[in-house]
Amino acid sequence: MDQSPESDPAEEPQSAYLQDAHEVRHGPYQPHEPGYGLDQPGYSPYEDEIPDPQTRMLAIKNAKAYLLKTSTKSGLNLYDHFANILTKILDEQPANTVDIIENISQDVKLAQFRKKMDTLRDEYVIPPTVEAAEKYKALFVKEGGEDEQEELEEEMGQPSLPNVMETAFYFEQAGIGLSKDESYYIFLALKNLINVQPIQTCRFWGKILGLEMNYIIAEVQLREEEEEEEETEEEGEEIIAEEQNEMDEAEEEDEQKEKEPEPPKSTYKPPPDIPKEANGTGTNKYVYFVCNEPGKPWVKLPPVTPAQIVCARQIKKFFTGHLDAPVVSFPPFPGNEANYLRAQIARISAGTHVSPTGFYQFPVDEEEEADTYEENLEFEPPPVAEMVESLATWAHHVKEILKQGRCVWIKPAQKSEENEEEEEEEEEEEQQEERGQALLTLISEDEGIKDIPAWTVQASTDLIPEYAVAILQSNRWPGAYAFASGRKFENIYFGWGHKYNSENHTPALPPPAEAEFPSDPGITERADPTVEEEMAFKAALEEALAAAEEEENEEVEDD
Amino acid sequence: MEALSLPAALALVAGGGAGLSPERRAALGASLPLVQRDYRFERVWFWGCIQGLRGAYYIAEGLGPDRAAPRCRLYSLNCLDWSLLTPATEEMLVLAEQLKGHFQGDPSFEYSLAEINAEAAARLVQSGKEPVIKEEARLIATIEQIDRAVGIVPRGAFVKTPLGSVHENRYFEGLSLVEAKKLSSYFHFTEPANLKNKTLLEKADLDPSTDFLDSLEHDIPRGSWSIQLEKGGTVVVLRSLLWLGLTFYHVPMTKQFGYVYFGTGEKNLDLPFML
Repeated sequence: MDQSPESDPAEEPQSAYLQDAHEVRHGPYQPHEPGYGLDQPGYSPYEDEIPDPQTRMLAIKNAKAYLLKTSTKSGLNLYDHFANILTKILDEQPANTVDIIENISQDVKLAQFRKKMDTLRDEYVIPPTVEAAEKYKALFVKEGGEDEQEELEEEMGQPSLPNVMETAFYFEQAGIGLSKDESYYIFLALKNLINVQPIQTCRFWGKILGLEMNYIIAEVQLREEEEEEEETEEEGEEIIAEEQNEMDEAEEEDEQKEKEPEPPKSTYKPPPDIPKEANGTGTNKYVYFVCNEPGKPWVKLPPVTPAQIVCARQIKKFFTGHLDAPVVSFPPFPGNEANYLRAQIARISAGTHVSPTGFYQFPVDEEEEADTYEENLEFEPPPVAEMVESLATWAHHVKEILKQGRCVWIKPAQKSEENEEEEEEEEEEEQQEERGQALLTLISEDEGIKDIPAWTVQASTDLIPEYAVAILQSNRWPGAYAFASGRKFENIYFGWGHKYNSENHTPALPPPAEAEFPSDPGITERADPTVEEEMAFKAALEEALAAAEEEENEEVEDD
Repeated sequence: MEALSLPAALALVAGGGAGLSPERRAALGASLPLVQRDYRFERVWFWGCIQGLRGAYYIAEGLGPDRAAPRCRLYSLNCLDWSLLTPATEEMLVLAEQLKGHFQGDPSFEYSLAEINAEAAARLVQSGKEPVIKEEARLIATIEQIDRAVGIVPRGAFVKTPLGSVHENRYFEGLSLVEAKKLSSYFHFTEPANLKNKTLLEKADLDPSTDFLDSLEHDIPRGSWSIQLEKGGTVVVLRSLLWLGLTFYHVPMTKQFGYVYFGTGEKNLDLPFML
């Protein structure tokens, strides 16, 4: 309003408003319009003459009556509506009111539909967020009396709870990692896991993203006694399962005998069954616990079998977030998503778990091929600049997985005696022992993918080199990182759990279909013989018969 | 995502494990307001970063008064010095699609065209140019492709005025929790392609001021988005499976939304096998 050039609000504010209202450009009022008459020269407030008050009052009344007309559709009237709009504007005083007057008008109209008073009270809607909040809250509760806790710890020795927050801090220097809240929830969840399970060492392995839920993964080593017990349990289960299988097969066989003729038997021989590695060694060196969200119960993943690793290499599937979901793929994956997850974890660990060279060393007293390593207490960490410069300052501390799906090569066991002879020939070819890289091989020997090197290493900052952290990033497994700073180092994985592939993923083709029957003259199709051929055949037959008879006669004569 | 709300927004998308280091965040906080001043942008979005083998490209986008108009794009190698990228041409897009592998991290790196597409190389030679494609061109094309394919906004966050320009909807108060879990509540923030193909019956329910974009529910292949409630159900996070690394967040019942890309700039062509 103060934009109006003639008005001077400081001097006489009242008249300014009046003037302003009057200055609105408007064509001459038509007689049917409610404001008719106000604009006439005789009635202008600025005329010297005093206008006839009665006529003016009438015009105003007419105008107001028009504004008060109730709409036949909504039951509202314009007068009250304007009053409400003005109240709202003056209460709220938004900026640039003139631009949004339509919206305000709409808002006021919408507000009419809201009930202001009701004897019924609304039901309080509980947002779904409280469920998670309750779970998170439970993480903060300290379990058990402190005395008991201490006693237990004295008995079993302190389990090593990883300092998740410290690790997160170092990774954050390179822009990797979860938000602080989530890291802390994971920290608490790991603490709970250690309280519940008989755990010797524990580590936050990383997070694998899924379509519906994600997996948070803890890598632990159980105490030895417990492990043995569990192994026996598992074996017991397997035996039962096998017995059941046998029963089923026997039944099937009975059924088959009744049917005639016997269908052709498949000549397909499944690949030799390679035994899985014992708990605590090779690919099953660690036990993995996963949960979808911190606060949810931890689930132990089953040990991985070589067949699962071999198959996992050939497929590429997203995780759904449900451990019991089937893995629909070709070649068919032996197991469900829990097994697939475990296989991928084994592959990622084998490919990307690295430590500064020299941090670990082979035990001195053991002479055999060492699968174990111990911490080198005399290790002197190289400066960060050196760690960034050369990949030779990093070494794998997890054994490579062989093509067979195991870390230590084993001769495939011969399954049954019947097939032994047939298989021997094939096996002789396969007998060559596979050998992987030795433990603690330098990562500079890793092969890249085409022209992409296997690793990228850089310092977390160039500006403050004194406090920089060396960050190693795997290009083979996008999402796998390692950091090293002084004696501290850690590996972590955040991603979808798939290996990088510069070409497109090509699913394996199904093997060629087997021939239904062995092709022998009895069942192969032939052209029908022509009449001449038939005649010739008959003639030949008769001749042969005649010859035979003659021979018989001769024989008789001889007798 | 809005440059102004960057620190809060990065915490919301951190569930995927990618983010920015404190150094980069601080640098962006200092340099993006200067970019906004120098180029006279109304809004600046931090778009994300594309990882290369020897370094990463950080990308920002500047918006003018019409929010749906082509955006100015800038890249930086250190989050401090920004250089303007030229608009993407169709030829660039075609050529860049044939390039495979990681980015190098050097904008002047030249990919040899002769190995990839002999025809295009021959054409370039005829017109007197060298048969190479610069990484900068690939960068431009990749950003354009990602924005076209998976740059998304919640329904109702932007309105189209009768004059055709697009503005933030000042009355947008966020999606409700029920709506936020549906793909149909999110729109591609780019020129709509499927809207014209809709039948009259489908169009009948659309509100021309808010429904002027394509929604996600008919994206091909089906299931190319992972939609999750994170942080105890307080934030909706959409992850594109076609361009792994693109994360969109929206806090239901608030105006907070945005998307950011942290990845290698490679399309996930294996998607149909992976679902």
